[in-house]
Amino acid sequence: MAIQHSAHANRTPILVATDLSVHYEDRSALRDISLTISSGQTVSLLGPNGAGKSTLLKVFAGMIPPSHGTVEFEGQPITNANECVTYVPQRSGADWTFPISVLEATLLGLARTRSRWRPFSRVDHDRAMYSLQQVRMDHLANAQIGALSGGQQQRVFLARALLSCGRVLLLDEPFTGVDIPTQEMLVELFERLRNEGTAVVYATHDLQQAATTSDYVVLLNEHIVAHGLPREVMTEPILRQAFGGQVIVIHADKTIETTSPVIEEALPR
Amino acid sequence: MMSWFTDPWQHTFMQHAFIAIILVGIICGATGVFVILRGLAFLGDALSHAIFPGVVIAFILGGNFLIGAMIAAIVVSLGIGGISQSGRISNDTAVGVLFVGAFSLGIALMSTQTGYVRDLNTFLFGSILGVTRDDLTLTVIVGIIVLATMLLFRRELTMIAFDRTFSKASGLNLWMFDQLFLVLLAMAIVISLQTVGNILVLAMLVTPAATARLITNDLRTMVALSCLIGSLSGLAGLYVSYYQGVPSGAAVVLVATAIFGIVFLFEPRTGSISTRIRRHFHHPHPEKDEFEEVQVA
Repeated sequence: MAIQHSAHANRTPILVATDLSVHYEDRSALRDISLTISSGQTVSLLGPNGAGKSTLLKVFAGMIPPSHGTVEFEGQPITNANECVTYVPQRSGADWTFPISVLEATLLGLARTRSRWRPFSRVDHDRAMYSLQQVRMDHLANAQIGALSGGQQQRVFLARALLSCGRVLLLDEPFTGVDIPTQEMLVELFERLRNEGTAVVYATHDLQQAATTSDYVVLLNEHIVAHGLPREVMTEPILRQAFGGQVIVIHADKTIETTSPVIEEALPR
Repeated sequence: MMSWFTDPWQHTFMQHAFIAIILVGIICGATGVFVILRGLAFLGDALSHAIFPGVVIAFILGGNFLIGAMIAAIVVSLGIGGISQSGRISNDTAVGVLFVGAFSLGIALMSTQTGYVRDLNTFLFGSILGVTRDDLTLTVIVGIIVLATMLLFRRELTMIAFDRTFSKASGLNLWMFDQLFLVLLAMAIVISLQTVGNILVLAMLVTPAATARLITNDLRTMVALSCLIGSLSGLAGLYVSYYQGVPSGAAVVLVATAIFGIVFLFEPRTGSISTRIRRHFHHPHPEKDEFEEVQVA
């Protein structure tokens, strides 16, 4: 599949997948994925349940070895020890009754790169606080993780990820089940990361969110159904091919502050 | 009154017993925190039974039963890890299959021996008054290994207990750290055999840690409290045992359980009775309290 770049000119390829396939026993989860992600790009992965969005993110993070094909980060094969490619899991994976404060949970993002013989330094604490500030959670640094709302928990995961060297952030459904302030915070954060040259790849079910917050869309259903700029990809025939059923695309009035199509998905027949 | 406290210490066997139970309280207290945070109580119970064949084989060969138990524990824990890693059988089921299998092997082996009944009793209920100087030395060495390893890998153990997916994404070898923890757990169980015995060791792992969890939300404080509660229960239990003639293991566990019960009911912040009293007399809106707690904390 041809490598495509979005509108920004000075972007360099950072994560390159070539002929990627993943099989679980006799079932195929992903096949023939070739994709190039560039620095500063915000990429949304769209597709129905079981389309392989999470699997693709985990392969990018080096957590699942591909059955076939390669993933390279800056020209080197990816491993899950790579601290510049950070995976942010769904909230449901963690134990939210665990006795740990927001700050301590954030600091765990540094655990792999700090000496086990010493406690975290003052500088580490300051960096963690700065990360929390970026997701507007610094005022709750000493709160218990279990006392937070779903959206706040998602922010702590993000703060933890922001502590890494942060060339590529892989987020598994960051917009799912979070409140409006958290969604707004995420959109702002994506914008800032884009300007800093961090590539963001996130899985989502929300077509509208994908249309407005990403500059590159990958429609996935085991294989890549389509990829490109939101306005190129999010058309009725292509969406119908990816999701099945009936899809109606409604373009918003130009007076609304958006240049991307606003999309609603009708119930599949 | 003073002599009530000092009397037992005049006997060497009681001195050994006190030191042993304090060490066991500390070692099981620290390990137990991760047992309860990861929900591994069943595994702890299973491991303590699964070491039985090792004890019998050591008896048949005339070797040290602690070493036999340790080898059996490590073999069984690696077996559990191996089976559950295949992905076709859950960890819980693997534990169930192997623990009963190993325990049955122990019973079968034991039936070939005569004159083992007394020693079996020691294995099941402990024999704290028979703790020798050598046993103490072994306990200290094992204890240092367990605590130092936990301290060294504190961040990995915390990460894995809190968020396995993130731990894997960070490049941690989950299988290796799971095995490491199983071995540490096995070591803690084995050194507790002499003092509380195989049936009651689960209480030393779970009860003090659970009590500590009720009191604090800070992991470090929780480990410290769990060790303290474990040792205190041990000390108090031995006094009860000495003066009332109750078997030591049972006395120690009963004290630990009583402390848990008191904390569960009366801990000022979360105790079931204390919160009810507070709601009734002071705060008609307890949910407002919780809200403020989050904001202030």
